[in-house]
Amino acid sequence: MRTKMWKFALGAVAAAAMTTGAVAETPKSGGTLNFVVGSKIPSYDGHIETTFGMIHPISPFYSLLIRVNPDNPSENDFQCDVCSSWDASADGLTYTYKIRDDVKFHDGTPMTAQDVLATYNKIVFPPEGVASSRKAFYKMVKSMSAPDDTTFVMNLEYPSGAYLPAMASPFNYIYSKKDLDEHGMNWHQKNVNGSGPFKFVQHQPGAFVEGVKYDGYHHEGRPYLDGFKAISAPKMSARVQAIEGDRASIEFRAFPPKQRDDLVAALGDKITVQESDWNCVLMATPNHERPPFDDPRVRKALTLAIDRWGGSEYLSKIAIVKTVGGIVFPNHPLAATEEELVQIAGYSKDLEASREEARRLLKEAGAEGLKFTFNNRGVDQPYRVVGTWLVDQWKQVGLEVDQQVNPSPVFYDILRKTGEFDVSIDFNCQSVINPIADVSKFLPSAGNNYANFEDAEIEALYDKLARAGTFEEQRALMREYETMVLNDKATQAITLWWYKINPYRSYVKGWKIAPSHYLGQQLDQIWLDK
Amino acid sequence: MSDVTTEQLEEIRDRPGLLSQIATFARKQPLGTGGAVVVILYVLMAIFAPYLTAFDPTANSYDSQFVAPNAQFPMGTDEWGRDILTRVLYGSRTALFVGFTCAIVGSTVGLVLGVGSAYFGGIVDLIFQRIMDVFMAFPLIIMALAIVSITQSLQVSPESSVYFVIIAITLPLIPNCARVVRSSALAIREIPYVDAARANGFSDTRIILRHMVPNVMAPYLIMITAFVGQAILLEASLSFLGLGVQDPVPAWGLMLRNAQEFIRTEPWIAIWPGVAITLGVFGFNLFGDAVRDALDPKLRSQ
Repeated sequence: MRTKMWKFALGAVAAAAMTTGAVAETPKSGGTLNFVVGSKIPSYDGHIETTFGMIHPISPFYSLLIRVNPDNPSENDFQCDVCSSWDASADGLTYTYKIRDDVKFHDGTPMTAQDVLATYNKIVFPPEGVASSRKAFYKMVKSMSAPDDTTFVMNLEYPSGAYLPAMASPFNYIYSKKDLDEHGMNWHQKNVNGSGPFKFVQHQPGAFVEGVKYDGYHHEGRPYLDGFKAISAPKMSARVQAIEGDRASIEFRAFPPKQRDDLVAALGDKITVQESDWNCVLMATPNHERPPFDDPRVRKALTLAIDRWGGSEYLSKIAIVKTVGGIVFPNHPLAATEEELVQIAGYSKDLEASREEARRLLKEAGAEGLKFTFNNRGVDQPYRVVGTWLVDQWKQVGLEVDQQVNPSPVFYDILRKTGEFDVSIDFNCQSVINPIADVSKFLPSAGNNYANFEDAEIEALYDKLARAGTFEEQRALMREYETMVLNDKATQAITLWWYKINPYRSYVKGWKIAPSHYLGQQLDQIWLDK
Repeated sequence: MSDVTTEQLEEIRDRPGLLSQIATFARKQPLGTGGAVVVILYVLMAIFAPYLTAFDPTANSYDSQFVAPNAQFPMGTDEWGRDILTRVLYGSRTALFVGFTCAIVGSTVGLVLGVGSAYFGGIVDLIFQRIMDVFMAFPLIIMALAIVSITQSLQVSPESSVYFVIIAITLPLIPNCARVVRSSALAIREIPYVDAARANGFSDTRIILRHMVPNVMAPYLIMITAFVGQAILLEASLSFLGLGVQDPVPAWGLMLRNAQEFIRTEPWIAIWPGVAITLGVFGFNLFGDAVRDALDPKLRSQ
């Protein structure tokens, strides 16, 4: 396992090494970082939100208990943020965190372990009626306590490799217990009081969010910036032009290859590019409640029709997708190798044989020439591009598909509330690479699985996987789970994994690409070399 | 049976033939004639699109992504390897279908409402005109955007989406036509033959449809020709904003939208649908202006 993990680390470093020379430089203080954000802020509450539209402008105001090292975000290199150390018991069932005594919220209130306890109670055991988007990541947590102001303890039901990565989630903003007690659990949706490197100044909806350096920040010497401005720019052309015109220095999500090439051609060495595999994948989710998608043969035909290996080549020219993979983040030790992938329906390199099999299955199921509607999200990259590609792929096996592109709120309503769809695009975008937690998306009982089905067999297998003690056992069970989900039951069809391309102004220093657009967004590591 | 006099026969004989009338029109309205040629070309493109190209407008060809214009692909290919000429040709079907449907339906409904409003007058006219004022207070594109956004929230099927686009474009056109037609109908209402029809006991519907509507056909036809260009532009705008028809349906506005990302390195992807929209709208507007000039007695006498 050690060798595999080492290879994974090397791969991650190789991705980051596509940057221009990473020569150590002495950070300079001062300046304001302007960056563009392509999505709106639904609310300020990290515990309920799942979008970069919130995390990019709001994360700089908050601290975390532990975080992915922003200077090494390609790996699961965790470090303390408001803690000074943590220890795990020998049996892996108790984690004890020592909380720093020099952390203060922006309103002047000192942070203690009680604040951490109140925060994690809200995330892991939210009261009825209080939403917590990542509650399912903490299934292994039995209880938690704060025996004194500098000690926070978590007890687990069973040891789990998924626990620590889940604790480093960049969404787990530490809130003040005083705020939660006095103002209630929903106060943070519209108000900001964190202990992060920047203090909230203002939010002009639809225009920008502004933050200014917090002098009392607990990481000495940081942040380097005097402040930042997160500029709202929904249109990609506007974001590209903002960087080209130097009205903004960076966009932290990603640009497609063409935009990278445009910026490099226009600005030469004034632009630096970092690229990385991305812990994000789009999938086609059939509605199992709606015939004929209740028939596994029809669902399998959908996945067999998709040319993933070819798509990786030609789709990567026009979209932010590239890597062929199964349910686990590609190149992770728990991910399927190419030899394993080609055994799964729809991953064979013999495309014609796959499509012939798809036609046979459709005929057998009486669904030849099936006509259906594909529900897609009105976001160009990569949703509309991948949607148009899928429509063409299904056409190759005689399916007639109409693409229905809906604005995000309508799209989510269809998935989450009405369930009125035949097949829909869906995504699994995670932050810290945590395969065992990330693949919970495919559990029928998962709150974010929209395929509308129940399956005790999948649930039981995942439970075994979550409790697996050794890496070898985890890997074997992961393969079994992946085959069951993608091949045998074809509950959903994975398309291509995203590929992150970040072209930005070369004077922005200290920012390193991560395999997620959610990571490294507190901005305390960034400085400007102007 | 009345006898035809010699003078009448001479007048009929001296009346210019169709070709002669077209020649006169072309001489007096060279720009309008140019517009008419464009309109006819577009209609022919739409009808004969399958015979003018060997490619399927929706079939992707991944070996031919981003091919610059050449002998095989005179307008180049797009990001999916689709022949742009083929998509422009088929795109004229979407544009003209939406354009003509919106213009004819919008103008016809406006005609009936405008004449009716003028005929009844009084409180009916007052209320009706205030409603028209409300509709006309919004720019066309804003109205269309609002309507199409509402219909989107109804989660209609993709096949129906084009009809909702038509509704979104048609509704804002109605008050424009109704207002113009009403002003002509107000004058006609005062002409004695309308009083005579009333005195004969004809129904309101009969008076409106048989005695008043035929006399406001000139502004009606002018509005139709003017609206086709507007409707094509609106449809393209809605598709450009992602609110019209969806991929892979060939539509000029949608082609422009998709071309945004590649405009610097593969400009032909944006140029051709842009040219198609510009030329189409220009042609219909020129033709509409010429029709107006030809049908307006004052301008005709000048």
